[in-house]
Amino acid sequence: MTTRKVLIAALAVVVPIASAVADGGVFDEYREMMGDDNPAIFVIEEGEEFWLQELGPKQVSLETCDLGLGPGVVAGAYAQLPRYFADTDQVMDLESRLVHCMVELQGRDPEDVHAKPYSLRGDMGTEIEALAAWIADQSSGVPIAPGQDQPQERAMYDLGEQLFYYRAGPHDFSCATCHGQDGARIRLQALGNLAKHEDAASAYASWPAYRISEGVVRTMGWRMRDCFRQQRLPELIMGSEASVALQMYLAVNAAGAPMSAPGLKR
Amino acid sequence: MAGRIRIRAQKQGEYTEVKALMRHPMETGMRKDAAGEPIPAHFITEVAGKHGEKVVMSAQWGAAVSQNPFLGFRFKGGESGDEVSVSYIDNKGETGSGSTKIR
Repeated sequence: MTTRKVLIAALAVVVPIASAVADGGVFDEYREMMGDDNPAIFVIEEGEEFWLQELGPKQVSLETCDLGLGPGVVAGAYAQLPRYFADTDQVMDLESRLVHCMVELQGRDPEDVHAKPYSLRGDMGTEIEALAAWIADQSSGVPIAPGQDQPQERAMYDLGEQLFYYRAGPHDFSCATCHGQDGARIRLQALGNLAKHEDAASAYASWPAYRISEGVVRTMGWRMRDCFRQQRLPELIMGSEASVALQMYLAVNAAGAPMSAPGLKR
Repeated sequence: MAGRIRIRAQKQGEYTEVKALMRHPMETGMRKDAAGEPIPAHFITEVAGKHGEKVVMSAQWGAAVSQNPFLGFRFKGGESGDEVSVSYIDNKGETGSGSTKIR
Protein backbone atom coordinates (compact mmCIF):
# COMPACT_ATOMS: atom_id res chain seq x y z
CA MET A 1 0.00 0.00 0.00
CA THR A 2 1.20 3.40 -0.85
CA THR A 3 0.95 6.11 1.59
CA ARG A 4 -0.66 9.05 0.07
CA LYS A 5 0.95 12.21 0.90
CA VAL A 6 -1.49 14.89 1.36
CA LEU A 7 -0.03 18.18 0.58
CA ILE A 8 -1.70 20.99 2.22
CA ALA A 9 -0.87 24.12 0.46
CA ALA A 10 -1.31 27.02 2.67
CA LEU A 11 -2.25 29.85 0.46
CA ALA A 12 -1.16 33.09 1.88
CA VAL A 13 -3.69 35.39 0.41
CA VAL A 14 -2.82 38.92 1.09
CA VAL A 15 -5.99 40.84 1.43
CA PRO A 16 -5.52 44.55 1.60
CA ILE A 17 -7.39 46.13 4.45
CA ALA A 18 -10.54 47.23 2.72
CA SER A 19 -10.32 50.87 2.01
CA ALA A 20 -13.26 53.06 2.74
CA VAL A 21 -13.66 53.82 -0.92
CA ALA A 22 -14.37 50.65 -2.76
CA ASP A 23 -14.47 46.90 -3.14
CA GLY A 24 -10.76 46.41 -2.61
CA GLY A 25 -8.06 46.32 -5.25
CA VAL A 26 -9.52 43.90 -7.77
CA PHE A 27 -12.59 45.86 -8.75
CA ASP A 28 -10.78 49.16 -8.63
CA GLU A 29 -8.38 47.71 -11.20
CA TYR A 30 -11.30 46.51 -13.27
CA ARG A 31 -12.93 49.93 -13.16
CA GLU A 32 -9.61 51.44 -14.21
CA MET A 33 -9.46 49.12 -17.21
CA MET A 34 -12.99 49.91 -18.29
CA GLY A 35 -12.36 53.63 -17.99
CA ASP A 36 -15.23 55.50 -19.56
CA ASP A 37 -16.62 52.33 -21.06
CA ASN A 38 -19.29 51.74 -18.48
CA PRO A 39 -22.12 49.92 -20.27
CA ALA A 40 -24.44 52.18 -18.29
CA ILE A 41 -23.92 54.76 -21.05
CA PHE A 42 -26.39 52.82 -23.19
CA VAL A 43 -28.88 52.76 -20.35
CA ILE A 44 -28.45 56.50 -19.81
CA GLU A 45 -29.42 57.09 -23.45
CA GLU A 46 -32.40 54.79 -23.09
CA GLY A 47 -33.45 56.62 -19.93
CA GLU A 48 -33.54 59.94 -21.75
CA GLU A 49 -35.62 58.33 -24.49
CA PHE A 50 -38.09 57.04 -21.88
CA TRP A 51 -38.27 60.51 -20.34
CA LEU A 52 -39.24 62.04 -23.70
CA GLN A 53 -41.52 59.22 -24.81
CA GLU A 54 -45.26 59.83 -24.79
CA LEU A 55 -46.70 57.00 -22.74
CA GLY A 56 -49.83 55.96 -20.88
CA PRO A 57 -53.50 56.69 -21.56
CA LYS A 58 -52.80 60.43 -21.60
CA GLN A 59 -49.96 60.00 -24.12
CA VAL A 60 -47.68 62.52 -22.52
CA SER A 61 -43.98 62.44 -21.72
CA LEU A 62 -42.44 62.88 -18.28
CA GLU A 63 -40.99 66.23 -19.34
CA THR A 64 -43.16 68.14 -16.87
CA CYS A 65 -42.40 65.78 -13.99
CA ASP A 66 -41.25 67.73 -10.93
CA LEU A 67 -38.33 65.94 -9.28
CA GLY A 68 -38.02 68.65 -6.65
CA LEU A 69 -36.33 71.47 -8.54
CA GLY A 70 -39.40 72.40 -10.57
CA PRO A 71 -41.27 70.77 -13.46
CA GLY A 72 -38.90 69.23 -15.97
CA VAL A 73 -35.69 70.17 -14.16
CA VAL A 74 -33.49 67.09 -14.18
CA ALA A 75 -29.99 68.52 -13.82
CA GLY A 76 -28.99 68.18 -10.17
CA ALA A 77 -32.36 66.72 -9.18
CA TYR A 78 -31.10 63.32 -8.08
CA ALA A 79 -28.62 64.79 -5.60
CA GLN A 80 -31.37 66.52 -3.58
CA LEU A 81 -33.46 63.37 -3.14
CA PRO A 82 -35.07 62.00 -1.06
CA ARG A 83 -37.02 65.12 -0.13
CA TYR A 84 -40.44 66.28 0.97
CA PHE A 85 -43.00 67.03 -1.75
CA ALA A 86 -45.86 69.29 -0.77
CA ASP A 87 -48.14 68.03 -3.57
CA THR A 88 -48.19 64.49 -2.18
CA ASP A 89 -47.41 65.44 1.44
CA GLN A 90 -44.77 62.72 1.41
CA VAL A 91 -41.03 62.32 1.55
CA MET A 92 -40.17 60.62 -1.72
CA ASP A 93 -37.16 59.01 -3.32
CA LEU A 94 -36.53 59.04 -7.05
CA GLU A 95 -38.45 55.85 -7.70
CA SER A 96 -41.59 56.81 -5.79
CA ARG A 97 -41.50 60.22 -7.45
CA LEU A 98 -41.21 58.66 -10.92
CA VAL A 99 -44.13 56.36 -10.13
CA HIS A 100 -46.09 59.41 -8.97
CA CYS A 101 -45.38 61.21 -12.27
CA MET A 102 -46.23 58.14 -14.36
CA VAL A 103 -49.57 57.81 -12.57
CA GLU A 104 -50.48 61.50 -12.32
CA LEU A 105 -49.07 62.84 -15.59
CA GLN A 106 -49.32 59.87 -17.89
CA GLY A 107 -52.41 58.34 -16.31
CA ARG A 108 -50.83 54.95 -15.95
CA ASP A 109 -52.09 52.21 -13.64
CA PRO A 110 -50.03 52.22 -10.41
CA GLU A 111 -50.18 48.44 -10.33
CA ASP A 112 -48.66 48.16 -13.82
CA VAL A 113 -45.94 50.63 -12.95
CA HIS A 114 -45.10 48.66 -9.81
CA ALA A 115 -45.38 45.26 -11.48
CA LYS A 116 -41.74 44.83 -12.45
CA PRO A 117 -39.63 47.79 -11.42
CA TYR A 118 -36.32 45.91 -11.47
CA SER A 119 -34.77 43.60 -14.03
CA LEU A 120 -34.40 39.93 -13.49
CA ARG A 121 -30.96 38.54 -14.24
CA GLY A 122 -30.32 38.62 -17.97
CA ASP A 123 -32.93 41.27 -18.75
CA MET A 124 -31.91 44.34 -20.70
CA GLY A 125 -33.24 46.75 -18.10
CA THR A 126 -36.54 48.30 -17.06
CA GLU A 127 -37.98 51.76 -17.59
CA ILE A 128 -37.38 52.73 -13.94
CA GLU A 129 -33.76 51.56 -14.13
CA ALA A 130 -33.13 53.46 -17.34
CA LEU A 131 -34.75 56.63 -16.05
CA ALA A 132 -32.80 56.37 -12.78
CA ALA A 133 -29.52 55.94 -14.69
CA TRP A 134 -30.15 59.01 -16.83
CA ILE A 135 -31.48 61.18 -14.01
CA ALA A 136 -28.58 60.23 -11.70
CA ASP A 137 -26.12 60.95 -14.50
CA GLN A 138 -27.62 64.42 -14.74
CA SER A 139 -26.45 64.99 -11.15
CA SER A 140 -22.90 63.86 -11.80
CA GLY A 141 -20.52 65.97 -9.72
CA VAL A 142 -23.35 67.64 -7.80
CA PRO A 143 -22.97 67.44 -3.99
CA ILE A 144 -25.43 65.11 -2.28
CA ALA A 145 -27.92 67.31 -0.43
CA PRO A 146 -31.11 65.47 0.56
CA GLY A 147 -33.89 67.52 2.09
CA GLN A 148 -33.54 68.04 5.86
CA ASP A 149 -35.36 71.34 6.35
CA GLN A 150 -38.84 69.93 6.77
CA PRO A 151 -39.84 68.03 9.92
CA GLN A 152 -41.10 65.18 7.72
CA GLU A 153 -37.64 64.88 6.19
CA ARG A 154 -35.94 64.73 9.57
CA ALA A 155 -38.48 62.18 10.77
CA MET A 156 -37.66 60.09 7.70
CA TYR A 157 -33.98 60.20 8.60
CA ASP A 158 -34.76 59.07 12.16
CA LEU A 159 -36.88 56.23 10.85
CA GLY A 160 -34.08 55.22 8.49
CA GLU A 161 -31.61 55.22 11.35
CA GLN A 162 -33.93 53.04 13.43
CA LEU A 163 -34.34 50.61 10.54
CA PHE A 164 -30.60 50.53 9.98
CA TYR A 165 -30.05 49.20 13.50
CA TYR A 166 -33.26 47.14 13.75
CA ARG A 167 -32.49 43.44 14.08
CA ALA A 168 -35.05 41.09 12.59
CA GLY A 169 -35.62 38.01 10.50
CA PRO A 170 -34.43 34.41 10.89
CA HIS A 171 -30.80 35.55 11.10
CA ASP A 172 -31.52 38.34 13.56
CA PHE A 173 -29.73 40.70 11.18
CA SER A 174 -29.80 44.44 10.95
CA CYS A 175 -28.18 46.53 8.22
CA ALA A 176 -25.60 47.45 10.85
CA THR A 177 -24.64 43.79 11.34
CA CYS A 178 -22.69 44.00 8.08
CA HIS A 179 -22.45 47.75 7.58
CA GLY A 180 -21.73 49.00 11.08
CA GLN A 181 -18.01 48.41 11.45
CA ASP A 182 -14.83 49.63 9.81
CA GLY A 183 -12.71 47.59 7.42
CA ALA A 184 -15.05 44.60 7.14
CA ARG A 185 -15.57 42.70 3.94
CA ILE A 186 -17.56 39.82 2.53
CA ARG A 187 -15.69 37.72 -0.01
CA LEU A 188 -13.67 40.37 -1.85
CA GLN A 189 -16.13 43.20 -1.44
CA ALA A 190 -15.58 45.83 1.17
CA LEU A 191 -18.53 46.33 3.48
CA GLY A 192 -18.67 50.02 4.09
CA ASN A 193 -19.49 51.34 7.52
CA LEU A 194 -22.55 53.19 6.31
CA ALA A 195 -23.05 55.05 9.57
CA LYS A 196 -19.84 56.92 8.74
CA HIS A 197 -19.69 59.78 6.24
CA GLU A 198 -16.79 58.55 4.07
CA ASP A 199 -18.20 55.08 3.53
CA ALA A 200 -21.78 56.24 3.10
CA ALA A 201 -20.55 58.82 0.59
CA SER A 202 -18.66 56.36 -1.59
CA ALA A 203 -21.61 53.96 -1.51
CA TYR A 204 -24.43 56.44 -2.04
CA ALA A 205 -22.63 58.45 -4.73
CA SER A 206 -22.04 55.39 -6.91
CA TRP A 207 -25.65 54.16 -7.16
CA PRO A 208 -27.42 53.62 -9.56
CA ALA A 209 -24.69 51.38 -10.94
CA TYR A 210 -24.09 48.92 -13.72
CA ARG A 211 -23.67 45.47 -12.17
CA ILE A 212 -21.27 43.54 -14.39
CA SER A 213 -22.38 40.18 -12.98
CA GLU A 214 -26.00 40.93 -13.83
CA GLY A 215 -25.56 43.01 -16.97
CA VAL A 216 -28.04 45.69 -15.88
CA VAL A 217 -28.13 49.01 -14.12
CA ARG A 218 -29.35 48.65 -10.53
CA THR A 219 -30.88 51.49 -8.56
CA MET A 220 -30.42 52.52 -4.94
CA GLY A 221 -33.95 51.24 -4.28
CA TRP A 222 -32.97 47.86 -5.68
CA ARG A 223 -29.87 47.87 -3.47
CA MET A 224 -32.08 48.37 -0.42
CA ARG A 225 -34.44 45.64 -1.53
CA ASP A 226 -31.60 43.20 -2.15
CA CYS A 227 -30.13 43.92 1.28
CA PHE A 228 -33.54 43.02 2.73
CA ARG A 229 -33.49 39.79 0.74
CA GLN A 230 -30.00 39.01 2.01
CA GLN A 231 -31.24 39.56 5.55
CA ARG A 232 -34.19 37.23 4.80
CA LEU A 233 -36.62 40.00 5.58
CA PRO A 234 -39.96 40.37 3.77
CA GLU A 235 -39.70 41.91 0.30
CA LEU A 236 -39.04 45.62 0.45
CA ILE A 237 -41.55 47.42 -1.76
CA MET A 238 -40.13 50.00 -4.17
CA GLY A 239 -40.84 53.52 -2.95
CA SER A 240 -42.23 52.31 0.39
CA GLU A 241 -41.67 54.30 3.56
CA ALA A 242 -39.02 51.82 4.71
CA SER A 243 -37.16 52.04 1.40
CA VAL A 244 -37.27 55.84 1.35
CA ALA A 245 -36.25 56.03 5.02
CA LEU A 246 -33.16 53.89 4.49
CA GLN A 247 -32.16 55.89 1.43
CA MET A 248 -32.68 59.11 3.39
CA TYR A 249 -30.45 57.78 6.18
CA LEU A 250 -27.68 56.96 3.70
CA ALA A 251 -28.09 60.17 1.72
CA VAL A 252 -27.84 62.35 4.82
CA ASN A 253 -24.79 60.41 6.04
CA ALA A 254 -23.29 60.92 2.57
CA ALA A 255 -24.30 64.59 2.28
CA GLY A 256 -21.72 66.93 0.78
CA ALA A 257 -19.94 64.33 -1.34
CA PRO A 258 -20.32 64.70 -5.12
CA MET A 259 -22.50 62.21 -7.03
CA SER A 260 -20.58 59.95 -9.42
CA ALA A 261 -23.32 57.62 -10.62
CA PRO A 262 -23.91 55.50 -12.60
CA GLY A 263 -21.07 53.53 -11.07
CA LEU A 264 -19.60 50.23 -12.14
CA LYS A 265 -19.90 47.30 -9.75
CA ARG A 266 -18.79 43.69 -9.75
CA MET B 1 -32.44 47.79 -28.20
CA ALA B 2 -29.60 45.96 -29.79
CA GLY B 3 -27.60 47.49 -32.56
CA ARG B 4 -25.66 50.19 -30.77
CA ILE B 5 -21.88 50.19 -30.55
CA ARG B 6 -19.88 52.80 -28.68
CA ILE B 7 -16.44 53.06 -30.18
CA ARG B 8 -13.29 54.99 -29.45
CA ALA B 9 -10.04 54.90 -31.39
CA GLN B 10 -6.79 56.48 -30.30
CA LYS B 11 -3.46 56.67 -32.01
CA GLN B 12 -0.63 55.29 -29.87
CA GLY B 13 2.70 55.41 -31.64
CA GLU B 14 2.55 53.24 -34.74
CA TYR B 15 -0.63 51.55 -33.53
CA THR B 16 -4.25 52.55 -33.26
CA GLU B 17 -6.01 51.36 -30.13
CA VAL B 18 -9.72 50.66 -30.60
CA LYS B 19 -12.22 50.12 -27.81
CA ALA B 20 -15.78 49.14 -28.55
CA LEU B 21 -18.73 48.57 -26.25
CA MET B 22 -21.74 46.79 -27.71
CA ARG B 23 -25.33 46.72 -26.55
CA HIS B 24 -26.42 43.10 -26.85
CA PRO B 25 -28.22 40.56 -24.60
CA MET B 26 -25.88 37.67 -25.59
CA GLU B 27 -28.40 35.01 -24.59
CA THR B 28 -26.78 31.58 -24.52
CA GLY B 29 -29.94 29.60 -25.20
CA MET B 30 -29.31 27.60 -22.04
CA ARG B 31 -31.30 29.75 -19.64
CA LYS B 32 -34.95 29.48 -18.71
CA ASP B 33 -37.31 32.32 -17.93
CA ALA B 34 -39.41 32.67 -14.77
CA ALA B 35 -42.07 30.36 -16.26
CA GLY B 36 -39.50 27.64 -16.99
CA GLU B 37 -39.54 28.18 -20.75
CA PRO B 38 -36.15 28.18 -22.47
CA ILE B 39 -34.96 31.62 -23.57
CA PRO B 40 -33.92 31.36 -27.24
CA ALA B 41 -30.27 31.83 -28.03
CA HIS B 42 -29.39 35.31 -29.21
CA PHE B 43 -25.72 36.10 -29.51
CA ILE B 44 -23.21 37.81 -31.75
CA THR B 45 -21.54 35.43 -34.19
CA GLU B 46 -19.21 37.66 -36.17
CA VAL B 47 -17.45 40.90 -35.41
CA ALA B 48 -15.45 42.99 -37.84
CA GLY B 49 -13.25 45.99 -37.21
CA LYS B 50 -12.46 48.23 -40.17
CA HIS B 51 -10.00 51.01 -40.82
CA GLY B 52 -11.68 52.88 -43.63
CA GLU B 53 -12.79 50.07 -45.92
CA LYS B 54 -10.04 47.69 -44.89
CA VAL B 55 -10.89 44.91 -42.43
CA VAL B 56 -8.23 45.01 -39.72
CA MET B 57 -9.85 42.65 -37.23
CA SER B 58 -12.38 39.90 -37.60
CA ALA B 59 -13.65 37.56 -34.92
CA GLN B 60 -16.08 34.71 -34.54
CA TRP B 61 -17.99 34.86 -31.30
CA GLY B 62 -20.30 32.53 -29.48
CA ALA B 63 -22.52 32.24 -26.45
CA ALA B 64 -19.61 32.45 -24.00
CA VAL B 65 -19.15 36.18 -24.50
CA SER B 66 -20.80 38.37 -21.87
CA GLN B 67 -23.85 40.56 -22.15
CA ASN B 68 -23.03 44.08 -23.42
CA PRO B 69 -19.59 42.94 -24.62
CA PHE B 70 -16.51 45.12 -24.44
CA LEU B 71 -13.94 44.62 -27.18
CA GLY B 72 -10.47 46.10 -27.39
CA PHE B 73 -7.98 45.61 -30.19
CA ARG B 74 -5.20 47.49 -31.94
CA PHE B 75 -3.89 47.57 -35.44
CA LYS B 76 -0.81 48.95 -37.12
CA GLY B 77 -1.25 52.18 -38.95
CA GLY B 78 -4.05 54.67 -38.92
CA GLU B 79 -3.82 58.44 -38.83
CA SER B 80 -5.70 60.99 -36.79
CA GLY B 81 -9.03 61.68 -38.44
CA ASP B 82 -9.26 58.30 -40.20
CA GLU B 83 -12.53 56.49 -39.85
CA VAL B 84 -12.63 53.30 -37.78
CA SER B 85 -15.75 51.17 -37.52
CA VAL B 86 -16.87 48.03 -35.73
CA SER B 87 -19.85 45.97 -36.78
CA TYR B 88 -21.40 42.69 -35.77
CA ILE B 89 -23.95 40.19 -37.00
CA ASP B 90 -25.77 37.88 -34.60
CA ASN B 91 -27.39 34.48 -34.91
CA LYS B 92 -30.74 36.08 -35.74
CA GLY B 93 -29.17 38.01 -38.59
CA GLU B 94 -29.48 41.31 -36.73
CA THR B 95 -26.62 43.72 -37.14
CA GLY B 96 -25.08 46.51 -35.18
CA SER B 97 -22.40 49.02 -35.95
CA GLY B 98 -20.61 52.09 -34.76
CA SER B 99 -17.87 54.27 -36.11
CA THR B 100 -15.57 57.03 -35.00
CA LYS B 101 -12.57 59.03 -36.11
CA ILE B 102 -9.11 58.25 -34.76
CA ARG B 103 -8.00 60.74 -32.12
